[in-house]
Amino acid sequence: MLEFLGVALMGLGTVFFVAGTVGLLRFPDLFCRLHALTKADGLGLALVCLGTICLASTPGEVLRIIVIWFAVALSSATCGHMIARHARAHRNDSEAP
Amino acid sequence: MTPALIYGLTGIVVFGIGLFGALCVRDRLRRLLALNLCGMGAAFVLVAGAWRMPPDSADPVPHALVITGIVVLVSATAVALALIRRLHTLESAPEEIPEDTPE
Amino acid sequence: MTDLLLLFDMLLGLLIIGLAVAALRVRDLFAMVVMFVTFGLMTALAWVRLAAPDVALAEAAIGTGVTGALLLKTLYHLRRVSGTLHLPEALSERPPDPQVPRAVIAANAVMCGLVVIGLAAAFVTAPLGGPGFDAAVADAMPESGVDHPVTAVLLNFRAYDTLMEVVVLLAAVIAVWLVERSLPQSDPPVMGEVYEGFARLVLPGAVVVGVYVLWAGAVAPGGAFQGGAVLAAVGLLLLMSHVYEPAPAHRAAARGLFVLGVAVFTGVALLVAWGGRAVFEYPPGLAKPLILLIEGMVTISIAATLAALFHGREPGVQPRPADTSEGAQ
Repeated sequence: MLEFLGVALMGLGTVFFVAGTVGLLRFPDLFCRLHALTKADGLGLALVCLGTICLASTPGEVLRIIVIWFAVALSSATCGHMIARHARAHRNDSEAP
Repeated sequence: MTPALIYGLTGIVVFGIGLFGALCVRDRLRRLLALNLCGMGAAFVLVAGAWRMPPDSADPVPHALVITGIVVLVSATAVALALIRRLHTLESAPEEIPEDTPE
Repeated sequence: MTDLLLLFDMLLGLLIIGLAVAALRVRDLFAMVVMFVTFGLMTALAWVRLAAPDVALAEAAIGTGVTGALLLKTLYHLRRVSGTLHLPEALSERPPDPQVPRAVIAANAVMCGLVVIGLAAAFVTAPLGGPGFDAAVADAMPESGVDHPVTAVLLNFRAYDTLMEVVVLLAAVIAVWLVERSLPQSDPPVMGEVYEGFARLVLPGAVVVGVYVLWAGAVAPGGAFQGGAVLAAVGLLLLMSHVYEPAPAHRAAARGLFVLGVAVFTGVALLVAWGGRAVFEYPPGLAKPLILLIEGMVTISIAATLAALFHGREPGVQPRPADTSEGAQ
């Protein structure tokens, strides 16, 4: 039962990853793409991590997966912010020529 | 058909791509990257050679060799990048003639 | 099930080849670095499939993380020097180099194709999974002092290799410091408050993870090089968020840290030899503490050296000003 739930959660998570990637490929400018990627991938990551937790066998594994989840979520949020910040600061430069 | 066969062939193709890039690319940074690809291709073949059918565990000696190789590769890359930075700086200011002053 | 996994292997292999081609073909240099980093991560994934988690960890941390940081730093410097930092990407590179003649490209392509075909033929016909060193290593494991074969090979059976590797790192940092002496310093980019908050939040956790990876190396995948790379990432965070600014007074300490690993490694080897054994033949019972001592010191050295390779400049050495030709220092 738990196994089934884990696989289902991971499957749902990959759907969000695919959605984020479609957004990355289809959206017109950098800010829209960032929006799609960070939102959808954040949710996808959460679902995949929850699914992996369902499949984990020891409490230590669960703890490690939660730490990984926290670290990846934090760094992807910071990366998204920094890309947007850089793009906004240099928007006028890059549109000039 | 085993993973070792697939990834070994992948590594050989990556090595070939890196070799071609190192011979034909003009940009220095890109050529350095091509040489890095060569190294990665060789590492691929070593790791694939260490693989054993699942009940057996893999051969640890090639693994240790590849870890050593990765660290040496990053050292060499760092030195090459420092040289690229210096070359680029010298080319950007051609009127300044470099002279090596003894310390 | 197995067939599905083999399908995954094939797709991953094709993706890796495609990323390698893309890294060499894409016009923009920044995109090239991104392709190379993705290539490294996919390679790490492939090596997990080949039952080599140690190598995958090392590749992800050192081959991809540290190399990517080094490449980006160099790219920043190059664009800064040529004044093309904020121009749109494809236009910002130098004017295209004179093209390599078509015939030369074709000849090289044919040669590389022949090399690949020859290597592939040799690889396919070679007996895969033949006898390697696994039996010898498995026999000697009880005497090694650790329970993880790769760590045993690195720190015990083939300790010479590892010692030389640490020496190579030392040589690299000396070379980088010498080359960087006459470079004008480019101001580091301003990273912003969010980045600094991120650094503050992540630093303690990253230190714990680095030490954990080092400690886990005795029984599971991990070890000095992977742990050292994680700690080097801590160093990069400190340097880029300006929490730590290398000062001239720190030069002696930095040199001490770079040499620490080689010194302890050699010291242990010589002490063991002095006790009437072969070099690196640890006395039984003492093998585990000695290996842990060496690994700990080597980890600190690796972390300091990788961070210094990223920083590049020896602290306190005044760069030659761009317009006069006064000597350094």
